[in-house]
Amino acid sequence: MLGRLSLSAIPLDVPILVGTFIGVLIVGVAVLGLITYYGKWGYLWKEWFTSVDHKRLAVMYIVLALVALARGFADAIMMRTQLALAYAGNPGYLPPHHYDQIFSAHGTIMIFFLAMAFMTGLFNFIVPLQIGARDVAYPFLNNLSFWMTAVAFMLVNVSLFIGEFSQCGWLAYPPLSEMQFSPGVGVDYYIWAIQISGVGTLLTGVNFFVTIVKMRAPGMSWLKMPVFTWTAFCSSILIMATFPVLTVAVALLGLDRYFGMHFFTNDGGGNQMLYLNLIWAWGHPEVYILVLPAFGVFSEVVPAFSGKPLFGYKTMVYATCSIMVLSFLVWVHHFFTMGAGPDVNAFFGIATMIISIPTGVKLFNWLFTMYKGRIQYHACMYWAVGFMVVFTIGGMTGVMMAIPGSDFVLHNSLFLIAHFHNVIIGGVYFGYVCGMNFWAPKVLGFKMNEAWGIRAFWFWLVGFFFAFMPLYVLGFEGMTRRINHYDNPAWHPWMLIAEVGAVLILFGVVCQLMQIFVSIRDCNKPENRDFTGDPWNGRTLEWSTSSPPPVYNYAIVPHVSTLDAFTHDKENGIDTRQAGGQYEAIHMPKNTASGICAGAFALIFGFAAVWYIWWLAAIGLVGVIATVIARSANKDIDYYIPAEEVARIENEHTRKLMAQAAE
Amino acid sequence: MAQNTTVPTAGHDEHHHENTVVFGFWVYLMTDCIIFGSLFATFAVLRNQFNGGPTPHELFEFGGLGLETALLLLSSITYGFGMIAAHKTQISKVIMWLGVTFLLGLGFVGLEVREFAHMIADGAGPDRSAFLSAFFTLVSTHGLHVTCGLIWIVTLMVQLMGTTEIPERMMNKLTCLSLFWHFLDIVWICVFTYVYLASMI
Repeated sequence: MLGRLSLSAIPLDVPILVGTFIGVLIVGVAVLGLITYYGKWGYLWKEWFTSVDHKRLAVMYIVLALVALARGFADAIMMRTQLALAYAGNPGYLPPHHYDQIFSAHGTIMIFFLAMAFMTGLFNFIVPLQIGARDVAYPFLNNLSFWMTAVAFMLVNVSLFIGEFSQCGWLAYPPLSEMQFSPGVGVDYYIWAIQISGVGTLLTGVNFFVTIVKMRAPGMSWLKMPVFTWTAFCSSILIMATFPVLTVAVALLGLDRYFGMHFFTNDGGGNQMLYLNLIWAWGHPEVYILVLPAFGVFSEVVPAFSGKPLFGYKTMVYATCSIMVLSFLVWVHHFFTMGAGPDVNAFFGIATMIISIPTGVKLFNWLFTMYKGRIQYHACMYWAVGFMVVFTIGGMTGVMMAIPGSDFVLHNSLFLIAHFHNVIIGGVYFGYVCGMNFWAPKVLGFKMNEAWGIRAFWFWLVGFFFAFMPLYVLGFEGMTRRINHYDNPAWHPWMLIAEVGAVLILFGVVCQLMQIFVSIRDCNKPENRDFTGDPWNGRTLEWSTSSPPPVYNYAIVPHVSTLDAFTHDKENGIDTRQAGGQYEAIHMPKNTASGICAGAFALIFGFAAVWYIWWLAAIGLVGVIATVIARSANKDIDYYIPAEEVARIENEHTRKLMAQAAE
Repeated sequence: MAQNTTVPTAGHDEHHHENTVVFGFWVYLMTDCIIFGSLFATFAVLRNQFNGGPTPHELFEFGGLGLETALLLLSSITYGFGMIAAHKTQISKVIMWLGVTFLLGLGFVGLEVREFAHMIADGAGPDRSAFLSAFFTLVSTHGLHVTCGLIWIVTLMVQLMGTTEIPERMMNKLTCLSLFWHFLDIVWICVFTYVYLASMI
């Protein structure tokens, strides 16, 4: 009846988990209680959970990403503490069984639920606004994508308290992840979390690809498109091209586990390197999926705070596109040690090094944008300049590892860990936080607190160097990744320094939470409010509408004649909004519960499949299909905002603008 | 000025919205194509890993396979007739052709299930060898797609019943299913050629 599930699946014997569970329970009850007390359930349901508005979904994605950050970072600092303690006979406080789950969960959560959710949040924030569209191409699918991502993250967290998570690292390499060596439910949690969130990500990729191809404002030809939109476009293409491969790789692993097949097993003719090739054919493009939008953020932020147009717009676009193409040609560098032979390894090594050329072009473009610019050191600029320093170091260590000979020495050592944190924290994370600070006033209507933002930056930057530079040294000294304890006295001081770094980053995270808290607390102070819709003297269309934008974004779809369309309009005295023009009724999609409903059934399906509760899995699957069919039969999916209502909203904003200008 | 720009834009916008459905579905199909591509690649890697078990020569027979192929190719034609009827708003004909397509598709899936059942009964199931794992996964992924297509056909038949016109949204659904159905035909031709024919030679 309940498959593998029994009471013994609840890890009551692990005090850390019991403590965490009680903590989550208290916070959860408190949050739910407060929502009930203030009677906000109806509001949340109507305005957020069922919303198809890309701006609302953006906020939900970013909240999800921040929750994932808290979880992923808790894992990180636990690992660092374990390694600071577990030395010379001391076993530390995390037994290997638990430690292995933590590093697997850390990687999985940070990539799939922090980075991907944050990125999708930024796409939703900005892409439709930046191209002058009223929403994405498929608003319902956008909502569905969000819920698929959210329930997958819930599934990962359920594994904390019911059963266990995977102990096979964030990519679950076979044969370790096969039934023979991992008979528990951990890998199955991993598999279903990846598959469910993969559906969401793939639909997001298709959605934004079509949005950008089909829904740009009149006049916005390809080379008049803002760079962030370009990077979102290239990322979407990469998502569409590679997430299906991830789906296949993980599905085949699932078939091995559930039906005893022999894709990657030791026996029966299976081939483990096939899994590695498939997973990295996704995995390498994935890092560019993540980092290209971060490059896009910097390409918007640096010009805005340097008071100059972006240097070398076209080269930026070509560099982005060449990185997109090259990212498909490098996956073997993740396993030079496979033994593919010198020819193959040389090809992939050289291809990897070539990627540093377009990346270098980008760095010089940002530097030349700043050159002789009127630079304002806003919090966003701190993250941008910090990125340039950190990412360049990470890029160079990447080139070191692209040499097959040196990779043989460094493979799977802490050098590798230092390298990819160097590019992912310094590139992806700095970029997304920078983007959040930059676009928050647009989406929320108020600026984020700058002092706490700058404090967060310094803690993150200094903490990063303390936490990861020692790992480069340890890599050279031969320390491999995923070690639970060690005896080498030479490693211990470096691990202590890394622990200090982790604590500094903890302060950084706390500062970020403080920043969010203070920003919301002070959101009604006049100096924080953004009445004009254009707090940074922005260059692109999103700054031409009000902050927060009305549900339809643009009452009159703007016309674009140049790159940096809004700057062009401002310089030539053109009113981008065409205020007082003839407003028309606007066709909008209606909110729908189908997305959250399908998500709930997917969660039921995932959980049941993990525990072999087949009847429940059938209910979940049929539920998802039935929801989609019911949605397809629903005719009540859209409505019109009357022209008078549009005129009222627009005139209100115009009045505010006038008042602001008069002051 | 304002008037000149707003009126065509609003119409333009709506027009875009309708076009995006079919375009987006086509894009989605390309991602599905990559799923099949990965499965073909997997099959290519594992096709000779028999693990001492049965080989294609012992397993595949062309009789049933020819019939399966004929049914599926024919169903593409009948779906095409359905689309012609849809463009002429002959709803009963559309439902009829969808029904014929459904039966042909069902026949295909039935034959495939029968073939699989025989193989499994003979001890040549997907857990026998890596070759058979790859074979069953690739072919049944296609079969599963056809099954989804069958559910989709029934859904649209039900939604069409009792209506007197085909609104744009319905036409989009029919067009998307049409793309899907022909796509599955193309994938089947690849399966037939690469999995069956090439293994027999």
